[in-house]
This record gives sequence, C-alpha cells and structure tokens, in this order.
Amino acid sequence: MAKKIKSNLLTMSVTLFLFSAVMAAALGYVYSITKEPIDLAKAQKVNNAIAEVVPAFDNKPNEEAIVIEEGKLEMYPAKKGDELVGVAVKTYTNKAFSGEFSIMVGFLPDGTIYNTAVLDQKETPGLGAKMVEPSFKDQFKKMHPEKNKISVKKDGGEVDAITASTITSRAYCDAIMRAYDVFKKQFVK
Amino acid sequence: MSALKTLTNGLLKENPTFVLVLGTCPSLAVTTAAINGIGMGAATTFVLLFSNLFIALLKNWIPNKVRIPLFIVIIATFVTIVDLVMQAYTPDLYNALGVFIPLIVVNCIILGRAEAFAQKNSVFYSILDGIGMGIGFTMAITLMASIREIIGNGTIFGIHLLADGAKTVLLFIMPPGAFITYGFLIAIVNRLKKIYNF
Repeated sequence: MAKKIKSNLLTMSVTLFLFSAVMAAALGYVYSITKEPIDLAKAQKVNNAIAEVVPAFDNKPNEEAIVIEEGKLEMYPAKKGDELVGVAVKTYTNKAFSGEFSIMVGFLPDGTIYNTAVLDQKETPGLGAKMVEPSFKDQFKKMHPEKNKISVKKDGGEVDAITASTITSRAYCDAIMRAYDVFKKQFVK
Repeated sequence: MSALKTLTNGLLKENPTFVLVLGTCPSLAVTTAAINGIGMGAATTFVLLFSNLFIALLKNWIPNKVRIPLFIVIIATFVTIVDLVMQAYTPDLYNALGVFIPLIVVNCIILGRAEAFAQKNSVFYSILDGIGMGIGFTMAITLMASIREIIGNGTIFGIHLLADGAKTVLLFIMPPGAFITYGFLIAIVNRLKKIYNF
C-alpha cells in the first residue's frame, strides 16, 4: 500500500487546490447538462398551473408574461383567438405560517376568480398544507374580490378557513388580493 | 471483518439513527410524511456511497491536517449533484425535500463514516459500509415518518386510512411529535438490542 502523504504546507496547499479544482469542474459539467431539464421542469410547472386556473386558451401565456416583481408577481394573459379569456396571476404571500408560499390565481376578464392553484408551499403537513385540497381552494371559484369579501369568516369575510390553520387561510386570501390588485390596474378600466 | 458484516452493520447493530444517533436534524425535520423519508434516505445513501468511495480511494493523498476540509469538498460536490439532478428529473420530490438537500452536507452520518470508516478501510468495504449505513438511515427515517404520518394525519404514503374528517393527533406532525416518536423508537431499538444481543 502506498504511503500516506505527510501534512506540510506544500502538500496541504496543493491537495486543497487540486481537489477544489477537480470538484468545481465536475459540478460545472453536471450543471451544464441539467440546466435545460431544470428550466423545462420549471416552465412545465407554470404552464400546468396556468392551464388549471383559466378557461381553455390557444396562445402561449407564459411567453406573453407581464412581470411586476421578477419571479414572484407575474401575469399571464390567456387568449382564444384575439379575445382575452382570462388572466393567470402568479402571486405570493409572506404572511404564511412558514414564511412564504406562492399560488396561481386565474381571473376572468371581469375580475371573477375562475380557479386557483398552489405552486409552492411548505406549510405544516396535515394542517396548513391542506390548502392544496379542493375542499378549501374550490370555494374561491366564482368569487369576485369586489363583490365578495375575500377574508376568513373570523375576520368578517366569506372564506371558510382550514380547521386549525387560520393563518394559512388568511395568507391565501392575502395572496389572492395581491393578485387582484395588479390584475385590476392592468385589465379593469 | 467480513463483507456481509460490514454491509449489515448499519442496518441494526450500528444503525446511524437509532444507535449512533447521528444525523438527527434531518431525521426530525423531514419525517412528516413517509414518502419524504424514502426520498431523503435515497438522496443521503447516494451521497454516502460516493463520498465513502472517493475518500477510501484518495485516502493516501489526503494530508491528515486538512482532511476535514477535503472531506467536506467531496461531500458538498455530491450533494450539489444530487440537488441539481433531483431538480431536473424529479421536480415534485425536490419541492418536498428542497430545503433539506443542502443540509446533507452537514449530516454527521456522512462526515462520521468518512472519518470513522472510509479513511481507514479499502474501497470495497467503504462502498459496503456506505450502502449499509444508507439503507439503515432510510429504514429508520421511513419508519419514523410512517408512524408520524399515520398518527398525525391518518394517512400512509398519502393513502387515507381513516374516514374523512376523522380527528388525528396533530401533535405528531408538529416538531414535538418528532421528538416523542424518536425517543420511543430509540428506547425500543435499544431494548430489543439488549434482549437479542445483536
């Protein structure tokens, strides 16, 4: 068996340098081959969410995005022919139980909510994480942020909060209202 | 030292979670759902296998005084590879585990096995040790996660076991439930160890 090299300034510097260089090169290579699938997976996720929250469309809303806050607050107009059928708004809240989550809210051109979808959340499993279930998020369908009061019943609104997860439910309403504010500025005259 | 013994060492005798009590941070944090246990276990096993392999392979070129930084460089590289690959090919699993993946770097199991095993043993035995320890860790956290998921949420791997709206012990999904489950499991495993003398 080869003898283990001694620890002196030269060997320590050279090994640290060589190891770091080789590992960095390896990482660069892996990054370059996974970059495309990663971007694709991200775009796919956004596209799926858009399709879920607005009526059928035939344009590519993802490519016509109106960016308000890069990566956090973005609008995707869905059109059939030349007619606007709905707008999907990617929105977020920072009032969640575990910091932040982001959802996609779909509005019809008159501002009525068509549907909502959860994009990314890390709420407590078994509690706040139930916001992804239809029993909670389906109640927003057909609500209109100006005609209906989008806040939990405890705060005088019309939304049934998830049992034991009022904070998450409030945050969901907060995200929807943030989406509606930007939607209104752009699309409601 | 036999090959089989090295491989099975991590399963029960020196189970990293219940006997060595290493890597408790991920064990407590990710075990809210059984599927997380399997995902985290698989990712850790992969990193453990390759870090053990490379450290055993390169042990003669690692000067003793800088061994820890070099171990960390090797481990961090494989963790980043796992992170990128999961992001690219299993985005759903990545969403569930995303925040924990970078934490594998500081998982004591990996550094512990590099220090205690891989730097003193041959490549072959180090690979066996990595696989054994990895499977032991996966089994342990999946067991813990299953118990927490069943008691806390009434589901296992997302399959409902109880009627809709049935009350469950939410505490088990919350962080205190992790400590309670962990404590009981350590006690049970150590008791069994004494009785059967394995």
